Amino acid sequence: MMATKRKKKTLTAGSTYYKQFNEEIRALVKEGVTDFTLNAVNGQRYIATALEGDLTFDIHGVPGQDLAAFMRGPYVRVRNNAQDGVGNTMDNGRIVIEGLAGDVIGYAMRGGEIFIKGDVGYRVGIHMKAYLDHQPKIVVGGKAGDFLGEYMAGGIILLLGMFSDKPDAPVAGRSLGTGMHGGVIYVRGEVPENQLGPGLHAQPVDSDDLKVIEGLVKDYARELKLDSKAIMGENFLKIRPFSHRPYGNLYVPC
Amino acid sequence: MKAPERYYDFQKDISGCGIFGVIHKKRGLIGGAMPIAAMTCMHDRGNGLGGGFAAYGIYPEHADHYCFHMMYDEEAAIEKTEKVLRAYFDLHHFEPIPTRRTLAIPNPPTFIRYFVTVPERPVNEFGEQGEEDYVVSVVMKINTNIPGAFVVSSGKNMGAFKGVGFPEDIAEFFRLDEYKAYIWTGHNRFPTNTPGWWGGAHPFTILNWSIVHNGEISSYGINRRWLCEHDYLCTMMTDTEVVAYELDLLIRKHGLSWEMAAKCFAPPFWDEIARMDENDRELYTTLRATYGSGLLNGPFAILVADNNRLMGLNDRIKLRPLLVAEKDDMVFMSSEESAVRDVCPELDRVWMPKAGEPVIVDLEG
Repeated sequence: MMATKRKKKTLTAGSTYYKQFNEEIRALVKEGVTDFTLNAVNGQRYIATALEGDLTFDIHGVPGQDLAAFMRGPYVRVRNNAQDGVGNTMDNGRIVIEGLAGDVIGYAMRGGEIFIKGDVGYRVGIHMKAYLDHQPKIVVGGKAGDFLGEYMAGGIILLLGMFSDKPDAPVAGRSLGTGMHGGVIYVRGEVPENQLGPGLHAQPVDSDDLKVIEGLVKDYARELKLDSKAIMGENFLKIRPFSHRPYGNLYVPC
Repeated sequence: MKAPERYYDFQKDISGCGIFGVIHKKRGLIGGAMPIAAMTCMHDRGNGLGGGFAAYGIYPEHADHYCFHMMYDEEAAIEKTEKVLRAYFDLHHFEPIPTRRTLAIPNPPTFIRYFVTVPERPVNEFGEQGEEDYVVSVVMKINTNIPGAFVVSSGKNMGAFKGVGFPEDIAEFFRLDEYKAYIWTGHNRFPTNTPGWWGGAHPFTILNWSIVHNGEISSYGINRRWLCEHDYLCTMMTDTEVVAYELDLLIRKHGLSWEMAAKCFAPPFWDEIARMDENDRELYTTLRATYGSGLLNGPFAILVADNNRLMGLNDRIKLRPLLVAEKDDMVFMSSEESAVRDVCPELDRVWMPKAGEPVIVDLEG
């Protein structure tokens, strides 16, 4: 749903305190501004947090913690690295990060997309969940730390391992998908079996999976000006929960 | 303590501690303005109940003397401490640590620094000890025997400056903008389960070691009892204190490398040890068996320094953030990238180290 009228505004963050900066943004949203260019951002927390609707944020600099948390709808582009907690519990919208990102990206995310060009930290996509057509998606172009997709209940994580600063590291850290009971993690290339959480196995993808991956890669490559054919030119593996309700008997054995 | 009136109307502080460190590999001197600006950028990671800095290379004219930074809570402690310092050391020079009156720091304690050396043949209960053990013993004696006196740091050509306040306020108070150092570390405190008092602020130090820490050391009890058996007595009421003494015990006294000490703090998991080749398996099994009581359980990102090195280390499942960045001869370690960008916008490389893997940066030459 495109808003009928677009209204642009450029703000310079500099050393403005995050509260003041976010208050200014929210007041402008109320006045009808839809497209923000945020310059000289450095460490301001909660940018675009809990904002709704058809808004865009073009962020120059390194935004602070919890960028776009609880966000429902806006489009956010970070032209540098991002810190921890990006897209915390976000509901809808798209976040594109042209550099690397920190820990707990997309925590408990329930919709929308997060596309990261480079490496990510630990606990990315933990507690992600899906409902009907709300399918959260995270694509990581580099490598991930431990606990990727831990306790995942729904949605898609696609890990490419291509645009990494860590040539010797495995594509994902320890405890990949530990405790997952929904959703799917796709990995490009190989993933060492001992990096997987207990009871999980990596399986080859089928044609339905490939269709999903291809669609996601197309979007991802377009957003980050990458060659989607090169990304698709390798095998993919998938990691899924090992049964319908893997932890159903954990506390109340049947 | 009673909860303040209408405490439920207060805004909740959402925070964790913040740490920042910088080393110039060629001993180039970095003015205090840089670490102060970086810590100011992470203002909201603390809540005003603790800030502090460690600086290396700040006393070149006294480089051969141990510098005791003393904090005095009460007047009477000064005379008693000076008696001890004169009895146990040759005292070369002493002066108040320069401070500035600032509105943010009401009623600060008194700070004096003493430059001392160990006498050739000391005649006292520590007389048989090696020089550095002797200094450690005197630190413990002051901290445990003289009410209101606390040794803030005791190394050579270095010093720690800390107290209750935001780091930028503590820096203003101690006039840190007037110092130049080739290694700085800084800390912004958000005390969780120990009191926010002057001695409990970071860094914690002993001899040349200093440490700043974001996190919580759940193994404090066992670490502290183990250190007590080795004559290190904890008096600062903050968990991080154990790390300073463990560094001294493991590296200086037991001769472990920094890498191995880091592996005692954050050992590999047993399943990882099982997959190692035989040599490593034996090594890491022995380390865990020997230094199990030194293992730091709980979340941490720490920065450790002495006169020649800066090390960053995370707990083995990385429950706290840590980022490393390089620019020419400088290496930065920080809780947040924005703090580094604030003082050095263009960086050669930025990365986040692996959990439990130390990042060690040495001075060159």
